[in-house]
Amino acid sequence: MGAAPASRDVTSYGMGLAVPLALFFLVFFVAPLLQLLWLSLHNDTAGLHWGLSQYQHFLTDPFSLGVLGSTLLLGAEVTLVCLMLGFPLAWLYQRVGPRLQTIIILIVLLPLLTSVVVRTFAWIVILGRQGIINATLQSLGIINTPLKLLYTQFGVVIALAQVQMPLMTLPLITALGRIDPNLDDASCSLGAGSWRTFFRIVLPLSLPGVIAGCTLTYAAAITAFITQSLVGGGQMLFMPMYLYQQASTLQNWPFAAAISIIFLLAVLAVVSVFTTLGRLSRGYGGT
Amino acid sequence: MSGRKRTLEAISFELVMTAMAVIALILIIAPSLVVLIVSFTSGFSLKFPPPGYSLRWYAELWDAWQLHFAARNSLIVAVWATGLSIVLGVAAALAISRSRALSARLLDSLFMSPLVLPALAFGLAALMLFSLVGLPVSPLTLVIGHTVVCVPYVVRNTVAALAQLEPTLLESSAVLGASRLYTFRRIVLPLIRPGIIAGAFIAFMSSFDNVPVSLFLRDAATDMLPIRMWQDLEGKLDVTIAALSGVLIIATVALVAIMERFTGLSRRLTN
Repeated sequence: MGAAPASRDVTSYGMGLAVPLALFFLVFFVAPLLQLLWLSLHNDTAGLHWGLSQYQHFLTDPFSLGVLGSTLLLGAEVTLVCLMLGFPLAWLYQRVGPRLQTIIILIVLLPLLTSVVVRTFAWIVILGRQGIINATLQSLGIINTPLKLLYTQFGVVIALAQVQMPLMTLPLITALGRIDPNLDDASCSLGAGSWRTFFRIVLPLSLPGVIAGCTLTYAAAITAFITQSLVGGGQMLFMPMYLYQQASTLQNWPFAAAISIIFLLAVLAVVSVFTTLGRLSRGYGGT
Repeated sequence: MSGRKRTLEAISFELVMTAMAVIALILIIAPSLVVLIVSFTSGFSLKFPPPGYSLRWYAELWDAWQLHFAARNSLIVAVWATGLSIVLGVAAALAISRSRALSARLLDSLFMSPLVLPALAFGLAALMLFSLVGLPVSPLTLVIGHTVVCVPYVVRNTVAALAQLEPTLLESSAVLGASRLYTFRRIVLPLIRPGIIAGAFIAFMSSFDNVPVSLFLRDAATDMLPIRMWQDLEGKLDVTIAALSGVLIIATVALVAIMERFTGLSRRLTN
């Protein structure tokens, strides 16, 4: 009796339930990206003449290559700042009681959910000529004329680091939580100092989290259009704004499509490097 | 307790790490606090500290009809995109969560890819496709575009909630004669509901805050709040925007507090 229900696996659902979303993605995500690729392989705006001239233009133009280079560099700088600050924060999280843990998580979470425009606006207030940093330094008599902080690389990196910090911290907290605390004690009782234990035990074991955090932070930092354009101002051009200018202001869609594809490939390349590192590090981490 | 010697070396390590962590916390909180304080200024500039305090910019906000209009559009699009994300995302999560098939893993990567790919490139691509098929920019195109970039949050959180579900519960329910639909309604859904709500909440917030997709898929008739704010800020540093930011910060804090209470949001994002 009841042979049919027993033979059927009641704990899983059929793949059919994924069909609606899969179709939705096919039509509204995959198809647009393919069309983007198709248009980028044309020499003219109407899309009549096939050719690689858009890519040739980008890859032989020092200006375009400069924009790509500075965008990738910006991502690296932001990721580094986030890692240097996010790791100690995740470390502190593992050391405090449950009440403080919840508070730390909520503090980390809040910027993730606060509007990016609002967070970026805050940095304009802080870094501006009349902003807090300049006002404080001037009232202390350290400087006479306001420092230029807004519209500089430094300003963009700091603002982006704050905006993307949660993306780095959350995976790190997860990764550090998985490390057996006894390892830390064992290393110390065997005579290794705290610094040595940190660099030889804690850091290597948390590598999967480091890599996950770096991937998310990097990908988010280089595409952060609003923060880049408001804090960076008109003189600094990064890939998202370059793309937007070509598409919207100049209506040069094939070139904008080529910029998009190059940008997509750059992001994919970075992500796959991180993923490969992650796979290698997992052998190290033991999971 | 751990019997570890409190050497200078150990103290230096703890000191450096704690100091960096505190710097990180200050860096994270300070901007929101600064905006909140500045929004209560009585002056005309974004000077910090403000010369005096008043609610005048919040009063000004009351009459800013352009911002009201954009906020209403953003809200409508976010509600629809979140609803669509829940329907499509939860169904897909049920299908791929317990499956070890290659197709399930491939679909999972596909559904997650909008999180890493530059959304601006997708926005441009979507605009090209819509103009190719002759679909004019409208709230509908915005909802579609937002759903693509928001659905990953629902899928991810629902899959995580399903992974914690005891399979024996479903088996017991089946053995006791419950149909699959009945089991889903009475056992599965109540248990994964907090996960779905947490995912939907993040999807809603990211839709409401979306710039890269809206940038290409909106027009003057469908102005969106973050873009309106961005364009206002490009032009001039308006204190009204500070007041609006204050409203958004307070609303976010309140929503996060509610979500934390009902779904344990903080635990979900660190497991």
